[in-house]
Amino acid sequence: MSERIGVYVCHCGTNIAGKVDIDKVVEFAKGLDDVTLVREYKFMCSDPGQSLIQKDIEDGLINRVVVASCSPLMHEKTFRNVCTRGGLNEYLFAMANIREQCSWVHVDEAQTTEKAKDLIEASVRRVALQVPLTKREVPINPQTLVIGGGIAGIQAALDLADAGKKVILIEKEPSIGGHMAKFDKTFPTLDCSACILTPKMVSVGQHENIELLSWSEVEDISGYVGNFNIKIRKKARYVDAELCNGCGACWEKCPGTRVPRKGNVHEKLSLGPTTSIYMPFMQAVPAIPVIDTETCIRFKNGKCGICAAVCERNAIKYDMEDEIVEFEVGNIILATGFQTFDPEPVKRYGYGRFDNVMTAIEFEIMNCASGNTGGKILMADGKEPKSIGIVHCVGSRDKHYNEYCSRVCCMYALKYSHLIKEKIDAEVYEFYIDLRCFGKGYEEFYDRLLGEDVRFVRGKVAEVTEVPIEEAEKGKLVVEVEDTLVGMVRRIPLDMVVLCTGLEAHESLPDVAGLCSVSIGKDGFVIEKHPKLGPVATATDGVFIAGCCQSPKDIPDTVAQASAASSAVLSMITREKIEIESATASVDEDKCSGCKLCNSLCPYLAIKYDEEKGVSVVNEALCKGCGTCAAGCPSNAISAKHFEDRQIFAEIKGILSA
Amino acid sequence: MTFEPKIVGFLCNWCSYTGADLAGTARIKYAPNIRSVRVMCSGRIEPTFIIKALFEGADGVLIAGCHPGDCHYQEGNYKALRRHRLLQRILPEYGVEPERVRLEWIAASEGERFATIVNEFTEQIRELGPLGVKESLAEAMKDDIDHHEEHIEESGAANEA
Amino acid sequence: MKLKGGIYWGSGCGGCDVAVLDIHEKILDVAEKVDFLFWPIALDFKYDDVRAMDDGEFDLVLYNGAIRNSENEEIAKLLRRKTKTLVALGACAHIGGLPSLANYHTKQSMFDRVYSETESTDNPDGTVPLEKSIVDGNGLELPRFYNTVKTLDQVVDVDYYLPGCPPVPQQIVNALTAVFNGELPPKGSIIGAGTRTLCDECPREKEEKEISEIKRPLNMIPDPEKCLLEQGLICLGPVTREGCGARCINSGVPCRGCYGPLEEVHDQGIRMISALASVLGPKEEKEIDAVLDGIVDPLRTFHRFSTAASILRRKMI
Repeated sequence: MSERIGVYVCHCGTNIAGKVDIDKVVEFAKGLDDVTLVREYKFMCSDPGQSLIQKDIEDGLINRVVVASCSPLMHEKTFRNVCTRGGLNEYLFAMANIREQCSWVHVDEAQTTEKAKDLIEASVRRVALQVPLTKREVPINPQTLVIGGGIAGIQAALDLADAGKKVILIEKEPSIGGHMAKFDKTFPTLDCSACILTPKMVSVGQHENIELLSWSEVEDISGYVGNFNIKIRKKARYVDAELCNGCGACWEKCPGTRVPRKGNVHEKLSLGPTTSIYMPFMQAVPAIPVIDTETCIRFKNGKCGICAAVCERNAIKYDMEDEIVEFEVGNIILATGFQTFDPEPVKRYGYGRFDNVMTAIEFEIMNCASGNTGGKILMADGKEPKSIGIVHCVGSRDKHYNEYCSRVCCMYALKYSHLIKEKIDAEVYEFYIDLRCFGKGYEEFYDRLLGEDVRFVRGKVAEVTEVPIEEAEKGKLVVEVEDTLVGMVRRIPLDMVVLCTGLEAHESLPDVAGLCSVSIGKDGFVIEKHPKLGPVATATDGVFIAGCCQSPKDIPDTVAQASAASSAVLSMITREKIEIESATASVDEDKCSGCKLCNSLCPYLAIKYDEEKGVSVVNEALCKGCGTCAAGCPSNAISAKHFEDRQIFAEIKGILSA
Repeated sequence: MTFEPKIVGFLCNWCSYTGADLAGTARIKYAPNIRSVRVMCSGRIEPTFIIKALFEGADGVLIAGCHPGDCHYQEGNYKALRRHRLLQRILPEYGVEPERVRLEWIAASEGERFATIVNEFTEQIRELGPLGVKESLAEAMKDDIDHHEEHIEESGAANEA
Repeated sequence: MKLKGGIYWGSGCGGCDVAVLDIHEKILDVAEKVDFLFWPIALDFKYDDVRAMDDGEFDLVLYNGAIRNSENEEIAKLLRRKTKTLVALGACAHIGGLPSLANYHTKQSMFDRVYSETESTDNPDGTVPLEKSIVDGNGLELPRFYNTVKTLDQVVDVDYYLPGCPPVPQQIVNALTAVFNGELPPKGSIIGAGTRTLCDECPREKEEKEISEIKRPLNMIPDPEKCLLEQGLICLGPVTREGCGARCINSGVPCRGCYGPLEEVHDQGIRMISALASVLGPKEEKEIDAVLDGIVDPLRTFHRFSTAASILRRKMI
């Protein structure tokens, strides 16, 4: 029986019609086999456009639909829904991408029109062979995994837990808190970071709906949306969390040194105890120390044991081993955060060569009241600096390192200026390319700084050197910079230089993203489902993102995204069920010879060999429809639904028929 | 008329098709000779698709998938690579220049790279000239004619008489 | 009334005719039911005898061998007219068979090789066969040697296919019995073979596969219990229709694919490329290539019997 195919050609305003001769395309489509009607419209995706299609289906004029418009990645869902509303199985629809891969990318109108025709013919031939598929639903496990215990993970976990949903929050460091726990003040309000973060951390620690696994890493993730199986490695702490009461006797007596005791001020910077058994900082949640086996004397030569001896609760367990725990969750929120750019390779800035060149994070720790300098700003030799230069865009907006803007550096740099001015009597220079003060209250903060006697020099710093040219430069760090406002190269002698190192995705992200089948962009951050309309979701259903794993963000944006991610998860949980991929692989048992060639091809272990029947079978709940097995099956017993051989052959023929 | 190569692209949904879309969104112009077939994963691409495309008139075939390690389905692209390496070995035996079938890794963020590859590939195929499998087959068989056809027709006619 | 039957060989080795005789004493049952009016390898008939028959007079003709020259085609067309049922017997008529390996060459290159270049050729005058020549004043005609070997169904309409090189005799009996009893399946069907691949009837144990080295039978003694492919031997069993009873496999020799592909497999050899490459171990290009180096002459190995029926059919000229 021949099919009745309706072809709908979209002008997309002038986006398509400006390059593709719609009349010619329509005439062409009318002549194709099985095409019963062809319509054109300015915007097929608009309400009236959608109604056109729906009505034709309802009127019984057509039983297959081809829309020639934008990319299926853009509107496939939209038009599939139209089909469903009209009463047509949504898999009897095909899309011809005549915008993103045609009208937008080619110059010659005649050639672009020809290409549009070929793409439409391919879709028409393909759709004629498509078959209805049934939607399948799977239940959603209401438990959620949050990976990363920085402010993003904390916020997401609390939102979900407060809504009564169970959360597993895992953090690879001994404590949650992330970078925010290292800050003294936050811009632009100058809130005390600890004051706003600590209560949240405590809530996480105490929340009945949150299972907190610190000092833990994701080992494996399998399954699919609504039904993920998670394996987590709880790294050995060597301290029994049940017994430890966080008294601190162990680190007070520990002779091991995690942070060197000798050396200059900058080398000794630390927020928590500098011993081998330590807490990363005193407000840590959980408030349980961990042994750093790299420096612990006991682990090096077995000769110590002081911490165990002084622990009244016998909580120290040197023989503790990593433990693998497993969970089932319905959704995953990635909140793996950032790490700062390592400025060492930028030799001209002297980091690692000059004692008084420091990174922003080091400067944060030094400023933190709970750090071991007590929040004092000191040079490496312990003296107070008389002049400090702050160098912007180190590793950001730089083709050699990261092209993107790290978004937070301008503002934290301004915060530094303010803190310096507040704490000591020093000259402060800000060396900037552009000051980007885009957030709420940010411009006002900048304006305030302009009144605090901070010197702003517009120009990218060329070099930080110790080689003096003039007398005044002797014994100083000299910043050489082209002041683009004055139009001259300046050399400014300073006591100390802070490098505003940019934000990069955390080094653990690629592994974790890989486990979740989430893609990473060339900037190193997670690719979101849609840059504008899907910024908290990913291409993998059930995996959401929050905070700096997506892109550099400040705290307010991070918190907002975390709440958005948790709300997206809540919406999934509330639905209780979700439709999953219908375009899976399936085995024709009459053809399968049980050669077991396909079984190892499935990355999701969805293919099992049925001993009784002597054939392989696909577990369609696990299958994600990649089609690798169908391509590998030697006897064509496996077909990839919606991407069947004959459908693809038809498409190839259509493309090449002209 | 100048030779305009016909190029069929097989693009994986998650990286390369998205990358090709990005070229569109960014309005990067490239040669109009490619027409792409979207598959979910480069692991779905059977060598038979490629052979079929060549037979149906393609002068070149571009297969594109996620970069190694980035496959949305974990390892489909490795399978594509292995099939490609083996297919490359047999193409010359068919008299088809192996350069006509090209495998590239194109990420979702690499719109510009997609455009560059398509341009480069189009030019390469233009230089190689038309493939013309069907034409070549017809040429190879043009003298494979049985002259007795008429004779049989005659004898058939005689029989009926 | 006895049926009228014919057996003909096109470009083949005669193995299929022998396979018909290999049905042993059952040939007597066949002879009881069928009058063979044409069987060049066994009985003396002339083409003109066939030409003189009525169209559709034969009930059944088994055509074995590929179409390699004009004579093969001429008689294929003649027999098609004269028979009610035409069966492509054996791999050559079915999918081209070994003769179609010649499709990776041309007529010219083969003539050059055979009539002047081989190590044993002594042909100083460069004599080659001519379609028309005069000998002692008489015109002499030879069939035209084709550039491209074809399957039977590439020149005439075929009713049934009986695959194999050669077909298993019992299957010939089965097919003939089906004809006698009027129990033939729909036109175009494969008769006398199964619907799955050889792995289905292969008795060897199969596991999930990961191949990291390709081996050849001459270099190893394979484990008699385990899948040959898993042992690194190129076995075409996974892409080949079952029906032979795994006769090669049972002798420790990998399947070479004579029974042809399953339905809807468009190209047996190319399908094997996909299947085999899928289960190779390495992921790095260099390591993959190192494994592939172990496959001697991949195209002809994968297309040993099926070149004429493959998508590209021949080497381009």
